[in-house]
Amino acid sequence: MDVQAIMIGSGALAGVGAISAVVLAIASRVFKVDEDPRIEAINEILPGANCGGCGFPGCSGFAKAIVEGMADPTGCAPGGNELAKKIAVILGVEVQEKVRMVARVRCSGTSEHCANRFVYEGVASCKGASLLSEGGIKSCPYGCDGLGDCVAVCPFDAIHMGPNQIPVVDLDKCTACGKCVDACPKGVIALEAHAGQVVLHCHTHLAAKDVRKICSIGCISCKACIRACPYDALSWDVDLPVFDYEKCQSCGLCIDACKPGCIQTFKEIDLAVKAKATEALEAKKAEEAAKREAARAAAQARAAAAAAAAAEKPN
Amino acid sequence: MGIAGYLALIVWAVFVNNFVLSQFLGICPFMGVSKKVESAVGMAAAVLFVITMASIITFLLYNALLVPWDLQYLKTILFILVIAALVQFVEMVIKKVSPTLFAALGIFLPLITTNCAVLGAALLAIQKDFNFMKTLVFGMASAVGFGLVLILFAAIRERLALNVATPKAMKGMPIALITASILSLAFLGFSGMVRM
Repeated sequence: MDVQAIMIGSGALAGVGAISAVVLAIASRVFKVDEDPRIEAINEILPGANCGGCGFPGCSGFAKAIVEGMADPTGCAPGGNELAKKIAVILGVEVQEKVRMVARVRCSGTSEHCANRFVYEGVASCKGASLLSEGGIKSCPYGCDGLGDCVAVCPFDAIHMGPNQIPVVDLDKCTACGKCVDACPKGVIALEAHAGQVVLHCHTHLAAKDVRKICSIGCISCKACIRACPYDALSWDVDLPVFDYEKCQSCGLCIDACKPGCIQTFKEIDLAVKAKATEALEAKKAEEAAKREAARAAAQARAAAAAAAAAEKPN
Repeated sequence: MGIAGYLALIVWAVFVNNFVLSQFLGICPFMGVSKKVESAVGMAAAVLFVITMASIITFLLYNALLVPWDLQYLKTILFILVIAALVQFVEMVIKKVSPTLFAALGIFLPLITTNCAVLGAALLAIQKDFNFMKTLVFGMASAVGFGLVLILFAAIRERLALNVATPKAMKGMPIALITASILSLAFLGFSGMVRM
Protein backbone atom coordinates (compact mmCIF):
# COMPACT_ATOMS: atom_id res chain seq x y z
CA MET A 1 0.00 0.00 0.00
CA ASP A 2 1.28 3.37 -0.96
CA VAL A 3 1.17 5.34 2.28
CA GLN A 4 2.66 8.38 0.64
CA ALA A 5 -0.20 8.64 -1.88
CA ILE A 6 -2.74 8.49 0.92
CA MET A 7 -0.85 11.17 2.82
CA ILE A 8 -0.65 13.46 -0.20
CA GLY A 9 -4.29 12.93 -1.07
CA SER A 10 -5.69 13.51 2.38
CA GLY A 11 -3.21 16.35 2.93
CA ALA A 12 -4.32 18.12 -0.23
CA LEU A 13 -7.98 17.70 0.63
CA ALA A 14 -7.49 18.83 4.23
CA GLY A 15 -5.43 21.78 3.01
CA VAL A 16 -8.06 22.95 0.55
CA GLY A 17 -10.70 22.45 3.22
CA ALA A 18 -8.72 24.43 5.78
CA ILE A 19 -8.06 27.27 3.34
CA SER A 20 -11.78 27.44 2.42
CA ALA A 21 -12.66 27.46 6.12
CA VAL A 22 -10.28 30.31 6.86
CA VAL A 23 -11.50 32.31 3.86
CA LEU A 24 -15.12 31.78 4.90
CA ALA A 25 -14.37 32.69 8.51
CA ILE A 26 -12.68 35.91 7.46
CA ALA A 27 -15.42 36.67 4.95
CA SER A 28 -18.13 36.20 7.57
CA ARG A 29 -16.40 38.88 9.64
CA VAL A 30 -15.58 41.26 6.81
CA PHE A 31 -18.92 40.96 5.06
CA LYS A 32 -21.04 40.83 8.20
CA VAL A 33 -24.49 42.32 7.71
CA ASP A 34 -26.18 43.59 10.85
CA GLU A 35 -29.58 42.01 11.23
CA ASP A 36 -32.20 43.19 13.63
CA PRO A 37 -31.16 41.49 16.91
CA ARG A 38 -34.80 41.29 17.92
CA ILE A 39 -35.43 38.65 15.23
CA GLU A 40 -32.88 36.36 16.86
CA ALA A 41 -34.18 37.15 20.36
CA ILE A 42 -37.76 36.31 19.42
CA ASN A 43 -36.71 33.25 17.48
CA GLU A 44 -35.01 31.91 20.59
CA ILE A 45 -38.08 32.11 22.80
CA LEU A 46 -40.47 30.64 20.21
CA PRO A 47 -41.36 26.98 20.83
CA GLY A 48 -39.41 25.79 17.79
CA ALA A 49 -41.92 23.14 16.81
CA ASN A 50 -42.32 24.73 13.36
CA CYS A 51 -45.97 23.71 13.40
CA GLY A 52 -46.94 26.42 10.93
CA GLY A 53 -50.08 27.27 12.88
CA CYS A 54 -49.23 30.98 12.61
CA GLY A 55 -49.31 30.84 8.83
CA PHE A 56 -45.61 31.59 8.37
CA PRO A 57 -42.88 29.18 7.22
CA GLY A 58 -41.64 27.92 10.56
CA CYS A 59 -40.75 29.71 13.76
CA SER A 60 -37.92 31.78 12.26
CA GLY A 61 -40.23 33.07 9.53
CA PHE A 62 -42.74 34.06 12.19
CA ALA A 63 -40.04 35.85 14.23
CA LYS A 64 -39.02 37.85 11.17
CA ALA A 65 -42.63 38.68 10.36
CA ILE A 66 -43.28 39.94 13.91
CA VAL A 67 -40.33 42.30 13.83
CA GLU A 68 -41.29 43.55 10.39
CA GLY A 69 -44.78 44.20 11.69
CA MET A 70 -46.35 41.61 9.38
CA ALA A 71 -47.50 39.30 12.16
CA ASP A 72 -49.32 39.69 15.43
CA PRO A 73 -47.19 38.85 18.51
CA THR A 74 -50.10 36.79 19.83
CA GLY A 75 -50.15 34.70 16.65
CA CYS A 76 -48.24 31.77 18.15
CA ALA A 77 -50.86 29.36 19.49
CA PRO A 78 -48.42 26.95 21.16
CA GLY A 79 -46.66 29.77 23.03
CA GLY A 80 -49.90 31.29 24.25
CA ASN A 81 -50.21 34.40 26.35
CA GLU A 82 -46.95 33.94 28.20
CA LEU A 83 -44.98 33.96 25.00
CA ALA A 84 -46.93 36.93 23.66
CA LYS A 85 -45.99 38.85 26.79
CA LYS A 86 -42.32 37.98 26.39
CA ILE A 87 -42.38 39.02 22.73
CA ALA A 88 -44.10 42.24 23.72
CA VAL A 89 -41.28 42.98 26.14
CA ILE A 90 -38.72 42.51 23.36
CA LEU A 91 -40.69 44.66 20.96
CA GLY A 92 -41.62 47.21 23.61
CA VAL A 93 -45.35 47.05 22.87
CA GLU A 94 -48.40 45.93 24.78
CA VAL A 95 -50.47 42.92 23.78
CA GLN A 96 -53.96 41.96 24.65
CA GLU A 97 -54.61 38.73 26.48
CA LYS A 98 -55.98 36.00 24.31
CA VAL A 99 -58.41 33.37 25.49
CA ARG A 100 -56.57 30.06 25.57
CA MET A 101 -58.15 27.67 23.11
CA VAL A 102 -58.07 23.91 22.91
CA ALA A 103 -59.09 21.32 20.34
CA ARG A 104 -62.43 19.65 21.07
CA VAL A 105 -63.61 16.37 19.65
CA ARG A 106 -67.28 17.12 19.13
CA CYS A 107 -68.56 13.59 18.79
CA SER A 108 -69.07 10.75 21.22
CA GLY A 109 -70.76 8.38 18.83
CA THR A 110 -68.86 5.15 19.32
CA SER A 111 -70.04 2.22 17.23
CA GLU A 112 -72.34 1.21 20.12
CA HIS A 113 -74.20 4.48 19.82
CA CYS A 114 -73.93 5.16 16.12
CA ALA A 115 -73.69 2.14 13.82
CA ASN A 116 -71.12 1.78 11.07
CA ARG A 117 -72.61 1.80 7.60
CA PHE A 118 -70.22 -0.89 6.35
CA VAL A 119 -67.09 -2.80 7.30
CA TYR A 120 -64.15 -0.68 6.21
CA GLU A 121 -60.96 -2.52 5.42
CA GLY A 122 -59.13 0.12 3.41
CA VAL A 123 -56.22 2.38 4.30
CA ALA A 124 -56.37 3.30 7.98
CA SER A 125 -57.08 6.96 7.34
CA CYS A 126 -60.25 8.99 7.89
CA LYS A 127 -59.54 10.92 4.69
CA GLY A 128 -59.29 7.69 2.75
CA ALA A 129 -62.53 6.34 4.18
CA SER A 130 -64.26 9.63 3.47
CA LEU A 131 -63.05 9.74 -0.10
CA LEU A 132 -64.15 6.17 -0.80
CA SER A 133 -67.64 6.61 0.55
CA GLU A 134 -69.60 9.81 0.58
CA GLY A 135 -69.83 10.63 4.27
CA GLY A 136 -67.45 8.16 5.87
CA ILE A 137 -67.95 5.03 7.91
CA LYS A 138 -70.41 6.18 10.57
CA SER A 139 -74.07 6.44 9.73
CA CYS A 140 -73.95 10.05 10.96
CA PRO A 141 -72.25 12.23 8.33
CA TYR A 142 -70.92 14.39 11.20
CA GLY A 143 -69.64 11.48 13.28
CA CYS A 144 -66.06 10.56 14.09
CA ASP A 145 -64.76 7.65 11.98
CA GLY A 146 -62.06 6.96 14.55
CA LEU A 147 -59.16 6.12 12.21
CA GLY A 148 -56.92 8.71 13.80
CA ASP A 149 -55.90 11.26 11.14
CA CYS A 150 -55.93 13.83 13.95
CA VAL A 151 -53.68 11.67 16.12
CA ALA A 152 -51.16 11.28 13.33
CA VAL A 153 -51.02 14.96 12.46
CA CYS A 154 -50.61 16.39 15.99
CA PRO A 155 -47.09 17.83 16.38
CA PHE A 156 -47.41 18.00 20.16
CA ASP A 157 -48.53 14.44 20.92
CA ALA A 158 -51.63 15.95 22.48
CA ILE A 159 -54.32 13.79 20.91
CA HIS A 160 -54.68 10.06 21.37
CA MET A 161 -57.16 7.43 20.33
CA GLY A 162 -59.45 6.54 23.19
CA PRO A 163 -60.46 2.96 24.05
CA ASN A 164 -63.66 3.21 22.02
CA GLN A 165 -62.18 4.70 18.84
CA ILE A 166 -62.98 8.32 19.63
CA PRO A 167 -59.88 10.52 20.00
CA VAL A 168 -59.18 12.20 23.33
CA VAL A 169 -57.40 15.55 23.57
CA ASP A 170 -54.77 16.04 26.26
CA LEU A 171 -55.86 19.42 27.57
CA ASP A 172 -52.45 20.25 29.02
CA LYS A 173 -50.49 19.45 25.90
CA CYS A 174 -52.88 20.86 23.30
CA THR A 175 -51.75 24.23 21.98
CA ALA A 176 -54.65 24.91 19.62
CA CYS A 177 -52.42 24.99 16.56
CA GLY A 178 -55.39 23.74 14.56
CA LYS A 179 -53.68 20.96 12.59
CA CYS A 180 -56.20 18.34 13.70
CA VAL A 181 -59.04 20.68 12.78
CA ASP A 182 -57.75 20.74 9.21
CA ALA A 183 -56.95 17.03 9.17
CA CYS A 184 -60.45 15.83 10.09
CA PRO A 185 -62.46 15.25 6.91
CA LYS A 186 -65.75 15.40 8.80
CA GLY A 187 -65.07 18.58 10.74
CA VAL A 188 -65.49 16.85 14.09
CA ILE A 189 -62.72 18.81 15.80
CA ALA A 190 -63.01 22.53 16.53
CA LEU A 191 -61.15 25.00 18.70
CA GLU A 192 -63.01 26.06 21.80
CA ALA A 193 -62.13 27.93 24.99
CA HIS A 194 -59.78 25.99 27.22
CA ALA A 195 -61.69 27.17 30.30
CA GLY A 196 -64.74 25.11 29.39
CA GLN A 197 -65.27 22.08 31.64
CA VAL A 198 -68.69 21.06 30.38
CA VAL A 199 -68.87 20.58 26.65
CA LEU A 200 -71.19 19.40 23.93
CA HIS A 201 -69.74 16.23 22.41
CA CYS A 202 -71.80 16.38 19.24
CA HIS A 203 -71.93 18.64 16.23
CA THR A 204 -74.57 17.04 14.09
CA HIS A 205 -76.64 19.32 11.92
CA LEU A 206 -79.16 16.63 11.12
CA ALA A 207 -82.81 17.10 12.03
CA ALA A 208 -83.84 15.60 15.39
CA LYS A 209 -85.85 12.75 13.85
CA ASP A 210 -82.89 11.68 11.70
CA VAL A 211 -80.56 11.82 14.69
CA ARG A 212 -82.93 9.58 16.68
CA LYS A 213 -82.80 7.00 13.88
CA ILE A 214 -79.01 6.69 13.66
CA CYS A 215 -77.40 7.76 16.92
CA SER A 216 -78.34 7.26 20.54
CA ILE A 217 -75.94 9.92 21.82
CA GLY A 218 -76.53 12.73 19.33
CA CYS A 219 -78.15 16.09 19.99
CA ILE A 220 -81.91 15.86 19.41
CA SER A 221 -82.53 19.60 19.62
CA CYS A 222 -84.75 19.27 22.73
CA LYS A 223 -83.21 22.40 24.29
CA ALA A 224 -83.54 20.87 27.76
CA CYS A 225 -79.98 22.01 28.47
CA ILE A 226 -80.86 25.64 27.82
CA ARG A 227 -83.83 25.46 30.18
CA ALA A 228 -81.68 23.75 32.81
CA CYS A 229 -79.02 26.44 32.91
CA PRO A 230 -79.43 28.91 35.79
CA TYR A 231 -76.72 31.24 34.45
CA ASP A 232 -77.89 31.72 30.85
CA ALA A 233 -74.60 30.25 29.66
CA LEU A 234 -76.26 28.23 26.92
CA SER A 235 -77.87 29.65 23.84
CA TRP A 236 -79.33 28.12 20.69
CA ASP A 237 -77.48 28.56 17.43
CA VAL A 238 -79.48 27.27 14.44
CA ASP A 239 -79.41 23.57 15.37
CA LEU A 240 -77.07 23.14 18.32
CA PRO A 241 -76.63 24.63 21.79
CA VAL A 242 -73.60 26.87 22.28
CA PHE A 243 -71.76 27.41 25.56
CA ASP A 244 -70.63 30.80 26.77
CA TYR A 245 -67.71 29.86 29.01
CA GLU A 246 -67.54 33.28 30.58
CA LYS A 247 -70.92 32.56 32.15
CA CYS A 248 -70.67 28.80 32.63
CA GLN A 249 -69.94 27.72 36.22
CA SER A 250 -69.53 24.02 35.37
CA CYS A 251 -72.44 23.10 37.66
CA GLY A 252 -73.44 20.16 35.49
CA LEU A 253 -77.19 20.71 35.50
CA CYS A 254 -77.25 20.61 31.71
CA ILE A 255 -75.49 17.24 31.83
CA ASP A 256 -78.35 15.81 33.86
CA ALA A 257 -80.89 17.49 31.64
CA CYS A 258 -79.42 16.14 28.37
CA LYS A 259 -81.41 13.04 27.49
CA PRO A 260 -79.09 11.51 24.89
CA GLY A 261 -76.08 12.38 27.05
CA CYS A 262 -74.00 14.27 24.55
CA ILE A 263 -73.20 17.03 27.04
CA GLN A 264 -70.31 15.74 29.09
CA THR A 265 -67.60 16.96 31.42
CA PHE A 266 -63.89 16.43 31.78
CA LYS A 267 -63.92 16.83 35.55
CA GLU A 268 -65.94 15.64 38.50
CA ILE A 269 -68.76 18.08 39.07
CA ASP A 270 -68.31 20.00 42.33
CA LEU A 271 -71.39 19.11 44.37
CA ALA A 272 -71.34 22.43 46.24
CA VAL A 273 -71.41 24.30 42.93
CA LYS A 274 -74.19 22.04 41.72
CA ALA A 275 -76.26 22.61 44.89
CA LYS A 276 -75.82 26.35 44.55
CA ALA A 277 -76.81 26.17 40.91
CA THR A 278 -79.89 24.13 41.73
CA GLU A 279 -80.93 26.84 44.16
CA ALA A 280 -80.21 29.50 41.57
CA LEU A 281 -82.28 27.58 39.03
CA GLU A 282 -85.18 27.25 41.44
CA ALA A 283 -84.93 30.95 42.27
CA LYS A 284 -84.89 31.71 38.58
CA LYS A 285 -87.90 29.50 37.97
CA ALA A 286 -89.73 31.03 40.94
CA GLU A 287 -88.90 34.49 39.66
CA GLU A 288 -90.17 33.61 36.23
CA ALA A 289 -93.31 32.07 37.71
CA ALA A 290 -93.84 35.21 39.81
CA LYS A 291 -93.38 37.33 36.72
CA ARG A 292 -95.90 35.24 34.84
CA GLU A 293 -98.27 35.46 37.79
CA ALA A 294 -97.87 39.21 37.95
CA ALA A 295 -98.43 39.50 34.22
CA ARG A 296 -101.55 37.40 34.45
CA ALA A 297 -102.85 39.45 37.38
CA ALA A 298 -102.18 42.65 35.47
CA ALA A 299 -104.02 41.30 32.44
CA GLN A 300 -106.99 40.27 34.59
CA ALA A 301 -107.06 43.69 36.23
CA ARG A 302 -107.02 45.33 32.82
CA ALA A 303 -109.82 43.09 31.59
CA ALA A 304 -111.88 43.82 34.73
CA ALA A 305 -111.35 47.56 34.33
CA ALA A 306 -112.39 47.39 30.69
CA ALA A 307 -115.49 45.38 31.62
CA ALA A 308 -116.38 47.90 34.34
CA ALA A 309 -115.91 50.77 31.88
CA ALA A 310 -118.18 49.02 29.37
CA ALA A 311 -120.84 48.45 32.05
CA GLU A 312 -120.78 52.09 33.11
CA LYS A 313 -121.23 53.38 29.62
CA PRO A 314 -124.94 53.60 28.81
CA ASN A 315 -125.93 52.04 25.56
CA MET B 1 -10.71 26.37 -32.49
CA GLY B 2 -12.34 29.37 -34.06
CA ILE B 3 -15.62 31.19 -33.54
CA ALA B 4 -17.50 28.40 -35.35
CA GLY B 5 -16.12 25.89 -32.89
CA TYR B 6 -17.32 27.90 -29.93
CA LEU B 7 -20.73 28.38 -31.53
CA ALA B 8 -20.99 24.65 -32.06
CA LEU B 9 -20.01 24.15 -28.42
CA ILE B 10 -22.73 26.57 -27.29
CA VAL B 11 -25.42 24.91 -29.40
CA TRP B 12 -24.26 21.52 -28.18
CA ALA B 13 -24.41 22.56 -24.52
CA VAL B 14 -27.68 24.49 -24.72
CA PHE B 15 -29.77 22.22 -26.94
CA VAL B 16 -28.20 18.92 -27.89
CA ASN B 17 -26.68 18.04 -24.57
CA ASN B 18 -29.12 19.99 -22.40
CA PHE B 19 -28.37 19.45 -18.74
CA VAL B 20 -31.92 18.88 -17.61
CA LEU B 21 -33.58 17.18 -20.54
CA SER B 22 -30.75 15.05 -21.95
CA GLN B 23 -28.37 14.57 -19.04
CA PHE B 24 -31.02 14.63 -16.31
CA LEU B 25 -28.88 16.81 -14.09
CA GLY B 26 -30.38 19.41 -11.77
CA ILE B 27 -33.83 17.83 -11.69
CA CYS B 28 -34.43 18.99 -8.12
CA PRO B 29 -34.49 22.74 -8.84
CA PHE B 30 -36.11 21.97 -12.20
CA MET B 31 -39.15 20.49 -10.46
CA GLY B 32 -38.93 22.60 -7.33
CA VAL B 33 -38.51 26.15 -8.58
CA SER B 34 -40.63 25.97 -11.71
CA LYS B 35 -44.03 26.96 -10.38
CA LYS B 36 -43.61 30.61 -11.25
CA VAL B 37 -41.74 32.21 -14.13
CA GLU B 38 -40.49 34.92 -11.81
CA SER B 39 -38.69 32.55 -9.44
CA ALA B 40 -37.53 30.43 -12.39
CA VAL B 41 -35.75 33.50 -13.80
CA GLY B 42 -34.13 34.11 -10.42
CA MET B 43 -32.99 30.52 -10.22
CA ALA B 44 -31.67 30.57 -13.79
CA ALA B 45 -29.62 33.66 -13.01
CA ALA B 46 -28.24 32.11 -9.83
CA VAL B 47 -27.28 28.92 -11.66
CA LEU B 48 -25.60 30.85 -14.47
CA PHE B 49 -23.61 32.79 -11.92
CA VAL B 50 -22.58 29.80 -9.81
CA ILE B 51 -21.72 27.50 -12.73
CA THR B 52 -19.52 30.15 -14.31
CA MET B 53 -17.69 30.81 -11.05
CA ALA B 54 -17.41 27.10 -10.30
CA SER B 55 -16.06 26.31 -13.79
CA ILE B 56 -13.29 28.85 -13.37
CA ILE B 57 -12.26 27.78 -9.90
CA THR B 58 -12.46 24.04 -10.51
CA PHE B 59 -10.47 24.36 -13.74
CA LEU B 60 -7.73 26.28 -11.94
CA LEU B 61 -7.73 23.89 -9.01
CA TYR B 62 -7.64 20.81 -11.20
CA ASN B 63 -4.76 21.96 -13.36
CA ALA B 64 -2.77 23.70 -10.65
CA LEU B 65 -3.18 21.27 -7.79
CA LEU B 66 -4.56 17.88 -8.79
CA VAL B 67 -2.64 17.26 -12.03
CA PRO B 68 0.87 18.14 -10.71
CA TRP B 69 0.35 16.01 -7.60
CA ASP B 70 -1.25 13.19 -9.57
CA LEU B 71 -4.44 13.41 -7.52
CA GLN B 72 -7.03 13.41 -10.31
CA TYR B 73 -9.08 10.76 -8.49
CA LEU B 74 -9.90 13.32 -5.78
CA LYS B 75 -11.66 15.65 -8.20
CA THR B 76 -15.27 14.80 -7.24
CA ILE B 77 -14.93 15.25 -3.50
CA LEU B 78 -12.66 18.27 -3.85
CA PHE B 79 -15.03 19.97 -6.27
CA ILE B 80 -17.96 19.47 -3.93
CA LEU B 81 -15.96 21.05 -1.13
CA VAL B 82 -14.74 23.98 -3.18
CA ILE B 83 -18.09 24.69 -4.84
CA ALA B 84 -19.89 24.64 -1.48
CA ALA B 85 -17.34 27.03 0.01
CA LEU B 86 -17.46 29.24 -3.07
CA VAL B 87 -21.23 29.54 -3.00
CA GLN B 88 -21.15 30.41 0.69
CA PHE B 89 -18.53 33.02 0.04
CA VAL B 90 -20.38 34.52 -2.89
CA GLU B 91 -23.57 34.61 -0.85
CA MET B 92 -21.86 36.58 1.91
CA VAL B 93 -20.32 39.02 -0.54
CA ILE B 94 -23.60 39.62 -2.36
CA LYS B 95 -25.44 40.09 0.92
CA LYS B 96 -23.04 42.86 1.88
CA VAL B 97 -22.40 44.46 -1.48
CA SER B 98 -25.80 44.33 -3.17
CA PRO B 99 -28.88 43.70 -1.03
CA THR B 100 -31.05 43.98 -4.14
CA LEU B 101 -29.21 41.19 -5.92
CA PHE B 102 -29.27 39.20 -2.69
CA ALA B 103 -33.02 39.58 -2.44
CA ALA B 104 -33.32 38.31 -6.01
CA LEU B 105 -30.81 35.44 -5.85
CA GLY B 106 -30.46 34.95 -2.11
CA ILE B 107 -32.92 32.17 -1.50
CA PHE B 108 -31.75 30.23 -4.55
CA LEU B 109 -28.05 30.30 -3.81
CA PRO B 110 -28.07 27.80 -0.90
CA LEU B 111 -30.26 25.52 -3.01
CA ILE B 112 -27.56 25.09 -5.62
CA THR B 113 -24.58 24.82 -3.27
CA THR B 114 -23.93 21.23 -4.24
CA ASN B 115 -26.36 20.96 -7.10
CA CYS B 116 -25.48 18.16 -9.48
CA ALA B 117 -25.74 20.48 -12.49
CA VAL B 118 -22.98 22.65 -11.06
CA LEU B 119 -20.81 19.68 -10.21
CA GLY B 120 -21.69 18.07 -13.54
CA ALA B 121 -20.50 21.09 -15.51
CA ALA B 122 -17.15 21.05 -13.72
CA LEU B 123 -16.64 17.30 -14.08
CA LEU B 124 -17.80 17.10 -17.71
CA ALA B 125 -15.43 19.89 -18.73
CA ILE B 126 -12.54 17.89 -17.31
CA GLN B 127 -13.76 14.63 -18.81
CA LYS B 128 -13.88 16.27 -22.24
CA ASP B 129 -10.39 17.71 -21.73
CA PHE B 130 -11.49 21.29 -22.41
CA ASN B 131 -9.05 24.16 -22.16
CA PHE B 132 -9.79 27.20 -20.00
CA MET B 133 -11.80 29.16 -22.57
CA LYS B 134 -13.78 26.11 -23.61
CA THR B 135 -14.50 25.24 -19.99
CA LEU B 136 -15.79 28.74 -19.37
CA VAL B 137 -17.97 28.79 -22.49
CA PHE B 138 -19.22 25.28 -21.84
CA GLY B 139 -20.15 26.17 -18.25
CA MET B 140 -22.01 29.32 -19.26
CA ALA B 141 -23.78 27.64 -22.16
CA SER B 142 -24.87 24.73 -19.97
CA ALA B 143 -26.27 27.16 -17.46
CA VAL B 144 -28.09 29.03 -20.21
CA GLY B 145 -29.55 25.72 -21.39
CA PHE B 146 -30.64 24.94 -17.84
CA GLY B 147 -32.19 28.38 -17.46
CA LEU B 148 -33.94 28.19 -20.82
CA VAL B 149 -35.58 24.87 -20.01
CA LEU B 150 -36.45 26.00 -16.48
CA ILE B 151 -38.18 29.15 -17.68
CA LEU B 152 -39.97 27.31 -20.53
CA PHE B 153 -41.17 24.70 -18.09
CA ALA B 154 -42.27 27.29 -15.53
CA ALA B 155 -44.32 29.10 -18.17
CA ILE B 156 -46.00 25.82 -19.17
CA ARG B 157 -46.72 24.98 -15.55
CA GLU B 158 -48.23 28.40 -14.89
CA ARG B 159 -50.70 27.78 -17.70
CA LEU B 160 -51.31 24.19 -16.62
CA ALA B 161 -52.21 25.37 -13.13
CA LEU B 162 -55.06 27.37 -14.63
CA ASN B 163 -56.32 24.48 -16.71
CA VAL B 164 -59.54 23.19 -15.17
CA ALA B 165 -59.66 20.19 -17.49
CA THR B 166 -56.78 18.50 -15.68
CA PRO B 167 -58.18 15.53 -13.75
CA LYS B 168 -57.92 15.91 -9.99
CA ALA B 169 -55.50 13.04 -9.55
CA MET B 170 -53.19 14.57 -12.19
CA LYS B 171 -53.05 18.07 -10.74
CA GLY B 172 -49.73 19.46 -9.55
CA MET B 173 -46.71 17.17 -9.63
CA PRO B 174 -48.06 14.30 -11.79
CA ILE B 175 -48.93 16.50 -14.75
CA ALA B 176 -45.67 18.42 -14.25
CA LEU B 177 -43.67 15.20 -14.54
CA ILE B 178 -45.56 14.20 -17.69
CA THR B 179 -44.94 17.66 -19.14
CA ALA B 180 -41.25 17.36 -18.34
CA SER B 181 -41.01 14.04 -20.13
CA ILE B 182 -42.74 15.46 -23.22
CA LEU B 183 -40.36 18.41 -23.13
CA SER B 184 -37.49 15.95 -22.91
CA LEU B 185 -38.80 14.10 -25.98
CA ALA B 186 -38.97 17.42 -27.83
CA PHE B 187 -35.36 18.16 -27.00
CA LEU B 188 -34.42 14.69 -28.22
CA GLY B 189 -35.00 16.17 -31.69
CA PHE B 190 -31.73 18.07 -31.37
CA SER B 191 -29.67 14.94 -30.82
CA GLY B 192 -26.93 14.38 -33.36
CA MET B 193 -27.07 17.96 -34.63
CA VAL B 194 -23.61 18.72 -33.26
CA ARG B 195 -21.06 16.22 -32.10
CA MET B 196 -18.53 17.02 -29.44
